[in-house]
Amino acid sequence: MKTIDPWALGVFIFFFATTIVIGSSIQWIRRLTRGHGKNANAQEEWGLGGREFGPWVTWFLVGGDFYTAYTVIAVPALVYAVGAYGFFALPYTIIVYPFIFVVMPKLWKIAHANGYSTSADIIRGRFNSRTLEIVVALTGLVAVMPYIALQLIGIRTVVQALGLPGDLPLIIAFISLAAYTWMGGLHAPALTAFIKDIMIYIAVLVAITVIPMHTGGYAALFASVTADHPQAVLQPGQGMPYATLALSSALAAFLYPHTLTGILASRSADTIRQNAVYLPVYTIVLGLIAMLGFMAHAAGITTTNNTLVVPLLFQAVFPSWFAGFCLASIAVGALVPAAVMAIGAANLVTSNLLPPQKNPVRASRITAFVVKVGALLCVLFLNAKFAIDLQLLGGVIILQTFPALILGLTPLRLSSPGMLAGWLVGSVFGLGLCWMDGLKPIHPVHFGLISGNVSTGLLSLVVNIVVVLVVSLLWPARSTSTAKPELFKEAA
Amino acid sequence: MKYLNLLLLLPFLGLLWMPLYDRHDPVLLGFPFFYWYQFAWVPVTSALIWIVWKKGRDA
Repeated sequence: MKTIDPWALGVFIFFFATTIVIGSSIQWIRRLTRGHGKNANAQEEWGLGGREFGPWVTWFLVGGDFYTAYTVIAVPALVYAVGAYGFFALPYTIIVYPFIFVVMPKLWKIAHANGYSTSADIIRGRFNSRTLEIVVALTGLVAVMPYIALQLIGIRTVVQALGLPGDLPLIIAFISLAAYTWMGGLHAPALTAFIKDIMIYIAVLVAITVIPMHTGGYAALFASVTADHPQAVLQPGQGMPYATLALSSALAAFLYPHTLTGILASRSADTIRQNAVYLPVYTIVLGLIAMLGFMAHAAGITTTNNTLVVPLLFQAVFPSWFAGFCLASIAVGALVPAAVMAIGAANLVTSNLLPPQKNPVRASRITAFVVKVGALLCVLFLNAKFAIDLQLLGGVIILQTFPALILGLTPLRLSSPGMLAGWLVGSVFGLGLCWMDGLKPIHPVHFGLISGNVSTGLLSLVVNIVVVLVVSLLWPARSTSTAKPELFKEAA
Repeated sequence: MKYLNLLLLLPFLGLLWMPLYDRHDPVLLGFPFFYWYQFAWVPVTSALIWIVWKKGRDA
């Protein structure tokens, strides 16, 4: 067992606790500064921050829950293990922005005009189908649960790296997350996202300047990687999976309840467009974070548990107080997205699955709590590997809601039977392929000019869309949408 | 305005067509081409979106 470094632990506790206290008391602070009375729609206040987040808050909130702490741990871990191939996160988080720019303002307008707070709301409005609404809500719920589990694992990883034993780290992680979301609603992560980002920026900027100085600069870094491991560029046959994984991840990213919640909480469509221009700044940081995987090799870190690469690197290179700061930044970085995920999931349950509630905020709070207990059970009773596998499968099934949510914006005459059939076939096909391939995200394809490994998510999405088009031709849409129809027309 | 939107396809072409950049040389500031090429697309994509946003609104 490791000894506990008091400096590292002290700095960690200070920053982690401060964030939780600020986040939990935000509603109280807001009431003090604004006076009473503005409680017209408490549910929208808790679940969407009153749809009033401007460009800055949106930038921090969406950036904060899209680039999760799990990213900070997993991307360098992947790069450490497989080299250049792990960099597919970079093209993924670039091409996602043109997509956001075109699609998300349209979804925002529809949601704003009709008071929708989830993807399933929008789909019910478009297709007038309760079945489709439930299917989409359940898909979102199942997909986001392992994602929350991974954030808890992220917090556990850094607390363990500090030397705390047993299940204590996990219990700390869970209680802090629960208190934070219960009290603050979406305002808690929105406010504390900026603390998280500033801390992560400091940690990363120091890491990428100081560590190469230790190891002889970037040229030496890549030279050492090229010498030891041939993976400084892609190996033959890795190009196709690299590109298709980037594309499928980009298409899936903003279908998740947490990312969409961040988008729908913004003040205007132009806030979203503006953020599509400025959010890529995070991608630069992500690319630099990915470099930590190479730096770990250069710094001589050897571990079989890849998720420990970044904590070990920080502890090996930095003085203990700064290592404590960096680990706190990762833990806070897990708290923000986990809270948004739980809130997004709670929004789905209260507005799409349960019958209308007398006290929707209470229902949302309890649901968010139950969702987190579910994630905690995932972590306690399944191992970390399983959570990662589940997250992969979550990525495949969340992609099956793409046709209903995104193609639903086009003027194509798609019908709800078509959407249901596409969802069913796509999900079964995608999960089946994953299962047969031993839970790998790619599947070998030989079809005409295409030959190589292709992202399973993308394959199943193509199958899904084909089924949607065919079935919609056979059973065309009859009824028009219940939502303000001119908005769907304008969006189209 | 519609034609302007085509600019948004450039990042997809530039980043998903792997033979374009899956190579080691030329090296820039120690970074192999594979890496700095992808990093370079970040500001380029921001700029393209900005152009489509601003010019598209004027049109």
